[in-house]
Amino acid sequence: MSSVITVESLSKKYVLSHQSQERYTSLRDVMANSVKKFARKLQHPAATLGNDPTHEEFWALKDINFEIQQGDRVGIIGRNGAGKSTLLKILSRITEPTSGKIQIRGRVSSLLEVGTGFHPELTGRENIFLNGAILGMSKVEIARKFDEIVAFAEVEKFLDTPVKRYSSGMYVRLAFAVAANLEPEILIVDEVLAVGDQQFQKKCLGKMEEVGKQGRTVIFVSHSMPTVTSLCDKAILLDAGKIVKIGPTSEVVMHYYTSGQASPASADFSAKHVGDGKVRLLKGEIKNSRGEIALEAKIDEPIMVEMTFEVIEDSAVVLVPNFHFYTANGECAFISHDTKMQHLSAGKYVSNCTIPGNFLNEGSYFIGLAMSSFSPATAVHFYEKSCLSFNVIDPHEGIITRPSHSTPIPGVVRPYLAWKLEAVSQ
Amino acid sequence: MSAAQETLIIEAGRTERHYWQDLWRYRELFYFLAWRDILVRYKQTVIGLAWSLLRPFLTMLVFTLVFSKLAKLPSENVPYPILVFAALLPWQFFANAFTEAGNSLISNANMISKVYFPRLIVPASAVIVSFVDFLISGIILVGLMVWYGFLPDWHILLLPVFILIAFAAAMGAGLWIAALNVKYRDFRYIIPFVVQFGLYVSPVGFSSNIVPDEWRLLYSINPMVGVIDGFRWSIMGGNAHLYWPGFVLSIGLVVVMLITGVIYFRKTEKTFADVI
Repeated sequence: MSSVITVESLSKKYVLSHQSQERYTSLRDVMANSVKKFARKLQHPAATLGNDPTHEEFWALKDINFEIQQGDRVGIIGRNGAGKSTLLKILSRITEPTSGKIQIRGRVSSLLEVGTGFHPELTGRENIFLNGAILGMSKVEIARKFDEIVAFAEVEKFLDTPVKRYSSGMYVRLAFAVAANLEPEILIVDEVLAVGDQQFQKKCLGKMEEVGKQGRTVIFVSHSMPTVTSLCDKAILLDAGKIVKIGPTSEVVMHYYTSGQASPASADFSAKHVGDGKVRLLKGEIKNSRGEIALEAKIDEPIMVEMTFEVIEDSAVVLVPNFHFYTANGECAFISHDTKMQHLSAGKYVSNCTIPGNFLNEGSYFIGLAMSSFSPATAVHFYEKSCLSFNVIDPHEGIITRPSHSTPIPGVVRPYLAWKLEAVSQ
Repeated sequence: MSAAQETLIIEAGRTERHYWQDLWRYRELFYFLAWRDILVRYKQTVIGLAWSLLRPFLTMLVFTLVFSKLAKLPSENVPYPILVFAALLPWQFFANAFTEAGNSLISNANMISKVYFPRLIVPASAVIVSFVDFLISGIILVGLMVWYGFLPDWHILLLPVFILIAFAAAMGAGLWIAALNVKYRDFRYIIPFVVQFGLYVSPVGFSSNIVPDEWRLLYSINPMVGVIDGFRWSIMGGNAHLYWPGFVLSIGLVVVMLITGVIYFRKTEKTFADVI
């Protein structure tokens, strides 16, 4: 296979200095410290100097290994401080690794920020050339792409205005347009799409998708899981400088949301005694239309939530199984309960609820399993919040509920509704 | 997308074989950064480019007044303004290049922490910008020669060589100061001091021939002495004699400064993004 990027036991160490107030070293401190160290060495020749209390080592990346194949679109996700940016900086050669090795085949362009090197005093035209050169384009190449860049940025009228007079939206559009028209074999993009208005973001995403479709390799860092899911086919989850998971995007995204709990598509409670003595929760599962335990479902497929519970004594109250659906943002999407309420005799039961296809929007959902009763008084027998989860994905095929080449459509639900178009007059 | 793609290897402590190749590939960036700095400098100024003529011209007037009319220093048989200006040209080139290059990495910090390109380009284009200024103020020298009816002899043909030496001196010092300034911001304060101090210890307002012979070699430890003497020699022709031992020493130091400058810069360059 043609792997374009091979990363072997990559590590990056930073030394944190707790002493200096300013973020840069001053010569005076360096001299003072070396005199101090020297004096200490004279007093205790055997003492090691490694344990300097004012300096702490911090491994931003520790022993990272992965391979990226030609044409892969890889998302890098993780919490703040997980090492994503450091990884990108090393890949784009801005900073050097402390140890380890990377092999890259092909021309790399990295876009860690839009508009790097833009000068406010220069005009739009001048900045296009400058920024292009900084990103590694030749003058001829920029001149050839000039019209395309201007058209993409929609700033034709203001080409000869200094960019300091641009609105921030125009500024960002111009900056992205230059970068988007690079033609690298490998494109490294940091969270730069989180700028501009909705329409422009859509354009940018379309452009990125196009780049990927041309067989070029894209590495993309983002906090927006829906964007990563729709743009990337593979993902790498970093945490505290280490790779936690690497694989198909939806699995990795799921892992990220559930912070590494075992199989979020099924959860076994039989050993935990979840319940109040009347009812006990045993198991929860997410299944696809074929009855298999599944982490994800396509947007047009139904998905089933199943809960196994035990009624310990013949219940005097009407038990109502109910499921709570939360989005990845922690919003309650909806709560659903069994409508056929009945008195249950002792024994084990399975409660099952099917969510139809073409109902939930793409994204991740978390399900809480609960059992309640409402008479004589409201009582919660058990409630396991967000103990299961699944992903709804839109593979851009089959029933089209969203035009391809567009950003995710907002909203919790995205139902497939009956639409009608009639000519009123012609 | 063929098998013939180049392979890039990133490894700790690796001196990149690609470096000089990359420098060539990014050659247009030298031009673009210099072009940006020149464009930006005179935006929103009233007299614009005239500034780069006015400043050396006024300095020349003051130096002529102080050193020739007041201090009555010898002029080596050429009009004193020409003597001053032949030295002022390389000195101002050096001083500007040193200042601009020294601050260049800091003022482009944003670019350095976000994009890869050979960092050498940044101080180098700062030197190029000063070189453009140098060429512009060269017009004044030509004007002075016409005004005084002074005709240079064949020595002037060697001027490009001395310009090259001046360039090497500016580049060597610029690289050192730029790299040091990233890590130790003390150099921010050292730069203006060196420039001010250097003006007095370099033979700008006077001929280096007034320095007693026994001190000449010691005086030439200042590399700018060799550079300035070389300029005078080539511009003033037979009227200026070159003190060869000192000249060779100065030029030797320029070469050492340039080579060590490049080495030090290359060594620290990799950590710029981390410490800037």
